[in-house]
Amino acid sequence: MKKVVSVMLVLALAVGMFALSGCGEEKTKLFVYNWGVNIADGTDDYIDVIELFMEEYPDIEVVYDTYDTNEALYTRLAGGGVHYDVIIPSDYMIARMIREDMLSPLNFDNIPNYELVDETFKNQPYDPDNEYTVPYTWGTVGVIYNTKYVDEADIGGWDLLWNEKYAGKIIMIDNSRDAFAIAEARLGYSLNTEDPDELRAAADLLAEQVPVLQSYAMDGMYDLMENEEAWIAPYYAGDAMMMIDENPDLAFYLPEEETFNVFIDAMCIPANAEHKEEAELFINFLTSPEISGGNMDYIGYGTPVSAAKEFMDPEMANNPVAYPDEETLARGESFIALSDEGTRLMEDLFNEVKAGLGS
Amino acid sequence: MKNKLLAGPYIAWMAIFTVVPLAMVAYFAFTTPDGDFTLSNFANASEYLPIFLRSIWYALAACVICLIVGYPVAYVIAHSGANVQRVLYLLVTLPMCMSFLLRTLALVALVRDTGIINSFLGLFGIGPLPLIRSSGSVIMGMVYNYLPYMIMPLYTVIVKLDPRLIEAAQDLGCDSVQCFRRVILPLSVPGIVSGITMVFVPAVSTFYISQKLGSTENMMVGDIIERQFKGVANQNLGAAMSLILMLLVFISIGLMNRFTDDDEEVATI
Repeated sequence: MKKVVSVMLVLALAVGMFALSGCGEEKTKLFVYNWGVNIADGTDDYIDVIELFMEEYPDIEVVYDTYDTNEALYTRLAGGGVHYDVIIPSDYMIARMIREDMLSPLNFDNIPNYELVDETFKNQPYDPDNEYTVPYTWGTVGVIYNTKYVDEADIGGWDLLWNEKYAGKIIMIDNSRDAFAIAEARLGYSLNTEDPDELRAAADLLAEQVPVLQSYAMDGMYDLMENEEAWIAPYYAGDAMMMIDENPDLAFYLPEEETFNVFIDAMCIPANAEHKEEAELFINFLTSPEISGGNMDYIGYGTPVSAAKEFMDPEMANNPVAYPDEETLARGESFIALSDEGTRLMEDLFNEVKAGLGS
Repeated sequence: MKNKLLAGPYIAWMAIFTVVPLAMVAYFAFTTPDGDFTLSNFANASEYLPIFLRSIWYALAACVICLIVGYPVAYVIAHSGANVQRVLYLLVTLPMCMSFLLRTLALVALVRDTGIINSFLGLFGIGPLPLIRSSGSVIMGMVYNYLPYMIMPLYTVIVKLDPRLIEAAQDLGCDSVQCFRRVILPLSVPGIVSGITMVFVPAVSTFYISQKLGSTENMMVGDIIERQFKGVANQNLGAAMSLILMLLVFISIGLMNRFTDDDEEVATI
């Protein structure tokens, strides 16, 4: 009797292992590379987008990884040796990647939800024929400040980031394109200028700012702003909303007179992706109104799918930080890709500024 | 022949993970992004001279403080009873069991404006003291992180000092100050030199500590090099700066070794 039981146990174990390993082998690994803090992951009772996707498509396992800046994403992909199936860069970086043949055209038969994307977000200059991208979010770059310490009289423009009254409490955004855009906006230049003299003037203005800065930061500023170690920082509207959630003393504004950056982050498939079809399923899933709505509720950016607003918390769907009015948006300017020389000059100047060498 | 075979794995390891990467660094340093030969990377790197000087100055300051703080500690440990010695030695090495990134972050949490020390002082209406974001806080961070590297070689040398030499000095009429200055100190020079080397080399090339504890005006060479590779992809400039830094480190090690040679002669005379 004992023998029979043990034989059965062994059999059960073997079958179990077989089933499990079979299951493991069948799963396709989908590598997704996204901005840090840029998807609803189930915290604070919001939806868990990736979990929902894997429930819907049990054969696919999502491997999720994050980056801090468009430049870091570019460096990683251009360096080779990595394979991602879905990436979500911003407009100007998409244009650069298309120019360098780093993206693969999408098969829109697999992305029926693309129909639901608002016309405003199609035919964008970075992808004029809508071949490579499906918009994920849109947003603005403005100033986050702590109402407890910052005088209301001082706010309203980019000059707050240079205000000596708050020396040591100001954080500057840590990537060349966004940082230069702020200086260019103050000087009244186009945010897409490639004129070396204008870029140098912008670098001089950024160098003037160094003595009042606490540090340069990207997502590292969450901790500093929420804990009031720093009081003022320029950043993306969606991230601002998340920080305000954590510390209600924080507030966000877009400059009242100067221009600012309006950006679109869009989903793309790198040219060397291994699972293109699954990647398209993923892009389609994220574009569905229900998921996009739930996702934007958490990440605080604008959805390019108006139908998604039905599924959103009405407070978020009408929030002026995520959805500024037309008049404000008219002052915004989107980035287009600079030439390689322009990009290099800007990077070098930014490095010199950050090293405290001026320019 | 047999001995050479035994060294084989190490030689292969060195070739793959040290010589090849070094050759790649040199290749990048002397080429443009398109692969053409150039010296412009070095010309560009020389613009960062103030940062190189600043890094050397911070590293030297950290060395001197480590030596002043570390020598008495090493001396006391070396002259304790065997059991106490073991415990004290363990305590010195204990911080090294933790990642230096974590230790630096913990230091930030202690000293920042809204940190533990300033919050505590704030209870008594003192405050916030400027404990972070200055050259002083960067040097403090380096001393904190690298102090064990100074204490350990000092301890190893001091513990092996022949007590008979000290007794002889005392018999011949040295008071304790003379005994320390003319006997103990010269004999511990090898420990001092290797301690300084072990602190200076990682300190001069350090990054992250200055990012976390310094202000925007306390950047070090390591931070700049890190940025060339991670953010902006100007590997060529980064490689040139790495080569210059390596050269600096070799020169300082060479200078330091010269000290030991001379002093050993003095000591033996």
